[in-house]
Amino acid sequence: MKRTAQLLTFFAVMLLTVVAFAAEPLKIGALFSVTGPPSFLGEPERNTAQMVVDEINKSGGIKGRKLELVIYDTAGDATKSVQLANKLIKDDNVVAIIGPSTTGETMAVIPVVEKEKVPLISCAAGSKITDPVKPWVFKTAQNDGLAVAKIFENLQKNKINKVAILTVSDGFGASGREQLKIHAASYGMSLVVDDTYGPKDTDMTAQLTKIRGSEAQAIICWGTNPGPAVIAKNVKQLGIKLPLYMSHGVSSKKFIELAGDAAEGIILPSGKVIVADQLPASDPQKNSLIGYVQSYQRLYGVEGDHFGGHAWDAINLLRRAIEAGATTRETIREQIEKSSNFAGIGGVFTFSAQDHAGLTKDAFVLVRIKGGDWQALE
Amino acid sequence: MNLTDQLTQYILSGLSTGAIYALIGLGFAIIYNSTGIINFAQGEFVMFGGMLGVYFFHKQGLALPIAFLLAVVVTALCGVIFERFAIRPLRRPTPMNMVIITIGGSIFLRGVAMIAWGKDTHVLPTFSGDEPISFAGATLLPQHLWIFAITILLIIGTKLFFSHTISGKAMSACAVNRRAAGLVGIDVRRMIMFSFILSSAIGAMAGIIIAPLTMTSYDVGVMLGLKGFCAAIIGGMSSGLPTVIGGLLLGVLESLGAGFSSGYKDAVAFVILLLILFFRPQGLFSRGSSERV
Repeated sequence: MKRTAQLLTFFAVMLLTVVAFAAEPLKIGALFSVTGPPSFLGEPERNTAQMVVDEINKSGGIKGRKLELVIYDTAGDATKSVQLANKLIKDDNVVAIIGPSTTGETMAVIPVVEKEKVPLISCAAGSKITDPVKPWVFKTAQNDGLAVAKIFENLQKNKINKVAILTVSDGFGASGREQLKIHAASYGMSLVVDDTYGPKDTDMTAQLTKIRGSEAQAIICWGTNPGPAVIAKNVKQLGIKLPLYMSHGVSSKKFIELAGDAAEGIILPSGKVIVADQLPASDPQKNSLIGYVQSYQRLYGVEGDHFGGHAWDAINLLRRAIEAGATTRETIREQIEKSSNFAGIGGVFTFSAQDHAGLTKDAFVLVRIKGGDWQALE
Repeated sequence: MNLTDQLTQYILSGLSTGAIYALIGLGFAIIYNSTGIINFAQGEFVMFGGMLGVYFFHKQGLALPIAFLLAVVVTALCGVIFERFAIRPLRRPTPMNMVIITIGGSIFLRGVAMIAWGKDTHVLPTFSGDEPISFAGATLLPQHLWIFAITILLIIGTKLFFSHTISGKAMSACAVNRRAAGLVGIDVRRMIMFSFILSSAIGAMAGIIIAPLTMTSYDVGVMLGLKGFCAAIIGGMSSGLPTVIGGLLLGVLESLGAGFSSGYKDAVAFVILLLILFFRPQGLFSRGSSERV
């Protein structure tokens, strides 16, 4: 009798430890610039990441294992990002990190994760993040080069080969300018005006007057709000009739609201998320996109944008890796690298040992602004 | 498109930005002259004007003129509160204390705006349409005419106020010699408060009339404030024509700078600021120290 009791106690204790062990959540770190200048990236990214993790946990976790998201705000500061990355790795003992939001911060964090061997899924767009490939670094934001290619293709189709570029003098604009210059030659484009403007500038008529006086046949503007909205207004004010192209940096409703009537007719490459409802049912991303946009709308009252989409893709890449049985840093890295045909928000991802960005230029669609809304071209 | 047309466009664009700098500079000068303080929160009053305009127009659904008026009144009220609680409590203020307090105040106001209205950029509709107006080979928007008109009215208004009303003259007296003004029975404190009301209201108006063109967000005050400060320095901190000319000059030079080699636009303003502080700290137009109001 006593022996049975002992045995029962033993099993009970065993059971409890197993339960306790199984309930131990898997820790995922996140670095987003929720405040600071890039907060337009970090805020939707944080909201999205939290939303997806909550959804996973509500449905019982992955194979019974819950996720715990540890989010730190980098305020757009590279030094702070490095400190926080170290904290995530050493104090919080996370199995993977998503973020940071910007290319500058990501480049600063890369040496840390490479040394500590922790998988990092960046939400920033700069091509140099994954070129050359670093074993532990992945990214979900589309390369700027893909957006440039999309614009140049359209220009080629319209038999335009002299363009003026007007880029913002920050990281995003500098990267866009670099890509525009690199790709120009292969598409037979000559950049007749190469001008910049400051991120806080409030009047760009001077630069545009110069462009009006040149032989440019189209204008490409590369920046994030509010600069491009000012440019759209200035273009209208000066009566410039050249086609105006913008970057994916303004593919949010906010841009149309700011530029008002001046936004009409502007063409820009964008992630598919803003035209989710216009996509054919055969599009592999359609389900993910509609699901994301709706749940974000339900939770936060605004439509999910493609910046938040980068975080959605990052968390879901992790989810797939963990579903495939990976629970350690090493195995998660291996599983992400093996991910293929994952239809997310930013595009259809297929990673390999040679490609840690995983997207092709089909990740972008060209849209035209018409009647205050997006209209998919082609 | 020939060079003359381009030049006209640069100058017109420059004048319209410059008019705004002039208004902000005027706000700096008025407070400086009655209190000796450089109020670095002036840019924040401009931001408040724009943001409150957006708030009353979009959130409360008021008509634009009413939103305009309310925004100016509320900003002026903020100016009073700022003076009452941040400036007045200091018994024996040194210039350093004052600079630090107004900078602190500006950070605080920016924070309040960020929490109240978020980090997004907002826009107001133009006052009378978006149809460009051609003028001597250059184009302007109707909004630019509004900017010119309101700037000119405000400048004439302040000029008349300072030279033809008792309060205005009393404020001028405080500028010349505060103690003497007190001795002849002028309520110096009230005059200081007055100057805050005046300059925050002017700042708010500047903020609202540019919001349709340049947009507004919680952090636009920093750059605008610095540019306005620069205009006031060029004008030797005079609350009259010299500051206005300083603003216009700055706007035109910036526009020309951006037209010929973009990327140096802001540098133009700050190089001018430094040169003037080095070589003509009394301003471009005044000789030695003279009456400033």
